Amino acid sequence: MRRLLVLFVICAALGLAGFVLLTRPAALDPEYGKTLQPDPAAGQLVFAAGGCVSCHAAPDAAAEAKLMLSGGLPFVSDFGTFYAPNISPDVQHGIGAWTLPEFARAVTRGVSPGGSHYYPAFPYTAYGHMAPQDVTNLFAYMQTLPASSIASQPHDVAFPFNIRRGLGLWKQLFGSDDYVLAGELSETVARGRYLAEGLAHCGECHTPRNALGGLKRDVWLSGAPNPSGKGTIPNITPAKLEWSEADLVEYFTSGFTPDYDSAGGEMAEVVSNLAQLPQSDRAAIAAYLKAVPPVE
Amino acid sequence: MKSIFKGSFAIGMGAAILATATFAAGHSEKAAKDAVAARQAQMQIVSYSTGILGAMAKGEAEFDAAMANSAAANLNAMAKLDPASLWVPGTEQGTVEGSRAKAEVWSDAAGFADKFAALEKASADMMGAADVDAVKAGMGAIGGACKACHETYRGPKN
Repeated sequence: MRRLLVLFVICAALGLAGFVLLTRPAALDPEYGKTLQPDPAAGQLVFAAGGCVSCHAAPDAAAEAKLMLSGGLPFVSDFGTFYAPNISPDVQHGIGAWTLPEFARAVTRGVSPGGSHYYPAFPYTAYGHMAPQDVTNLFAYMQTLPASSIASQPHDVAFPFNIRRGLGLWKQLFGSDDYVLAGELSETVARGRYLAEGLAHCGECHTPRNALGGLKRDVWLSGAPNPSGKGTIPNITPAKLEWSEADLVEYFTSGFTPDYDSAGGEMAEVVSNLAQLPQSDRAAIAAYLKAVPPVE
Repeated sequence: MKSIFKGSFAIGMGAAILATATFAAGHSEKAAKDAVAARQAQMQIVSYSTGILGAMAKGEAEFDAAMANSAAANLNAMAKLDPASLWVPGTEQGTVEGSRAKAEVWSDAAGFADKFAALEKASADMMGAADVDAVKAGMGAIGGACKACHETYRGPKN
């Protein structure tokens, strides 16, 4: 009996040690970006490509007011409701007190300055592809935006998902530094991959998820139910997407489909963001979409 | 013009809301489907007309002043359709097959009316376009009006 108890205690200790080890948040790199020159104007394009305003603007904000990133937009999921936080440069309620290494770890590794995991409603698994120069530029640009003193709302998430440490396991299982589209790529397709799989995080909505909310990378961009419960998010692999590259570029620029229907809902916001990028970037995303594996 | 439109819109929506009870009690299912089909026909003329202008703007079709003016005039007419008998309450996405109208169409009727007013103005500006440059110049406002409305008031694909 006593032996069993000892065995149990050992197993529990090992399990706990394993959990602690596996769920450990990524360490801060204090040297991050030290040799890079921040360029806020270039950061504005990173900001547009990343679609930051679509989630972090106040839910009722329009036009210029969208640049006040006070947060508050709810994201209903199977695990609870997440609220986009204030990421304006406000020192108390936003990210005004953060350093570049802290910002980089938050955006690319999903770890807060205090060292706890963020929920993957924040698409850091995609942003993990972001080049250090782009992160540096983005950070510089975001400091030029207006500060908001609105406090971030706590997420409404029940046990066991409210234990953030457990998200370390989720990251181990579903996060990856590898691109989905592998192999030799042209410069244009590689740029499109960087934008689509990284900054613009297309896969977050267009790729179906498993029961734990991880993206099914083997059926990348093959469409998914809309989390709102109404309608579906379309399959945009070459198996279903019949538009030409020129059609796609037009859609990313004006929102018009080849039939002169126009983008709606979240995708209209995506178009507003992509329209700010150079034409060559929209063409690169279009070329990438033609290169991803077709999924029926 | 805009305020007249908004005023008539508000009266129309008021009448429509009053009519809802009758509507719901009666032959509601077919009537709801018919209202959605009529809106889709309205949108079909919007996209058809925009397509004529877009093809000229992109150089896929020769500029034709009469065709451009006709397309712009029809867009304008669609933007001016009286909403009360089309945007009938109880016909949002999820309640009627094929509908993609969000509940905001009714909960924010004034904002919705503003979007139609924007299309009315953009299409009026396009009428009488004298050359292809005028068509190109006017496309941005028309596309912007479509997108701005769809962003807030149209749900995802069914």
